[in-house]
Amino acid sequence: MSKLLERLAAGEILISDGATGTYLQQNGLEPGGCPEEFNDSHPEIVRQMAANYFAAGSDMVETNSFGGSRYMLKKYNHGERVEELNRKGAELARAAAPDGRFILGSIGPTGEFLEPNGTATEAEMLDVFAEQASGLAAGGVDAFCIETMSDMAETSLAIRAAKETTGLPVIATLTYDKGPRGYFTMMGITPEGAAEQLAQAGADVVGSNCGIAIEDMIEIIRKMRSATDKPILTHINAGLPKIEHGKIVYPDTPDHMAELMPQLVNAGANVVGGCCGTGPDHVRAFARVLHPS
Amino acid sequence: MADITDIQNEFIRQEIEEYIERADEREKIIALYSKTSPDMQDIAAAIIDGQHETSDELTKTGLDAGISALQIMDDGLITGMAIVGIKFRENFIFVPEVLACARAMKAGMKHIEPILSASGIEPVGKVIMGTVKGDLHDIGKNLCIMMLRGSGFEVIDLGVDTSADDFIEAVEEHGANIVGMSALLTTTMPNMGRTIEAFIDADLRDDVKVMVGGAPVTPEFADDMGADAYGANAVECVDIAKRLSGVTT
Repeated sequence: MSKLLERLAAGEILISDGATGTYLQQNGLEPGGCPEEFNDSHPEIVRQMAANYFAAGSDMVETNSFGGSRYMLKKYNHGERVEELNRKGAELARAAAPDGRFILGSIGPTGEFLEPNGTATEAEMLDVFAEQASGLAAGGVDAFCIETMSDMAETSLAIRAAKETTGLPVIATLTYDKGPRGYFTMMGITPEGAAEQLAQAGADVVGSNCGIAIEDMIEIIRKMRSATDKPILTHINAGLPKIEHGKIVYPDTPDHMAELMPQLVNAGANVVGGCCGTGPDHVRAFARVLHPS
Repeated sequence: MADITDIQNEFIRQEIEEYIERADEREKIIALYSKTSPDMQDIAAAIIDGQHETSDELTKTGLDAGISALQIMDDGLITGMAIVGIKFRENFIFVPEVLACARAMKAGMKHIEPILSASGIEPVGKVIMGTVKGDLHDIGKNLCIMMLRGSGFEVIDLGVDTSADDFIEAVEEHGANIVGMSALLTTTMPNMGRTIEAFIDADLRDDVKVMVGGAPVTPEFADDMGADAYGANAVECVDIAKRLSGVTT
């Protein structure tokens, strides 16, 4: 059993990192630029980001590879650099990791729909995920974090590809909206349904990220917990973005989110981190509450 | 006042009973359907159920029987979509089901469109759609396009990373009355406002209505940058496009 899963099985509450995109934008990523390309062109910024999160108290940090699938990189004309950009992303995070901390290989949605809703075939999508996963594994990740997913078929293919290609543990998290009848992904999956189906698809850790603020995330985690015994990970936005004086701001402060950490853990979360709008300050505040020492 | 028993099609009666909860909406939907013939209700049922083969076949049969293309579109295909839209808004169905309904709509429209254009009947409206400059995300925009085309709009798709000049050029070339802009990134969202400003500078702002959408976009932001409308999803996009074209109020 992997060290990460062992510690979760022993009942530890672990802390993940904060946002990647937000950090890179604050450090020179142009609007609409390719984040993964920074792994090659700005290695020091990417390595420093991981180092900052570890210093803030993260037990694990995600690689800068969310859009690192061939489908996504192709849009920036980097479709032939999947192995390179994913491997470099993993190597940079690894280089910043103190002993005993973990690197999660981030895998986001492909941006494609499977047939018949779209044009992607299952075989093609499986290949695309396998290619990304092997690049990340070559760079030394400890596990994968398949995230911001909404379609169960796509998520299942990603889990299968990661497992079959590398044998490493897989975390899989979906993104929810709050609608008139409760929480659903865009494709109609409930938190309870996701917890069961993600585990069936082979995920070692299940969960939810992005899309909603922490108050709603607590409810989602509670619902997932009612349907599974697997460890649960959540990466939470610093609230929903608002416009203030023409600028986009994420309203939830580190203190506000930290205050709700005990509720989140009571609801059933085992790993907690930040998504859009969060940074090292948020992680530091989470650590103050969850890992007081 | 029309009563639900005035609708002959049992499947549609059940759909209304089960999914149309708001009294005012139920009254409107019953009034809409009770005016349609059983043949048209069968087409609407195929749309609601997402059966593209049935919709294809029944549309052809209707045209062969001498029913006008306009009537099949209005009484069959579009009335079907009215129920689909409400079910989607209320979380009874989700994107995969709506896409199946849109495919059924398209299967019917492919018989209707050539007849309408041959007889000089203009499309409901002409829409230019694109993801704004610097943004390469197109799932939401593509969903909107599928739904718009399924509802009788002519759509010119400019794809992703669309500059203000590309939007302006397309409006001039196609004589479009609506521009739809999408953004997924908070960092590219301001390019919507910049595109609207470019329309003002080009003296074209009064010629088009601008609708915007995308995950981080809010009604307040849309208002702030001077858009005419904001839509939260593909079904709302169609409602807005109809309103902006003056089809509905």
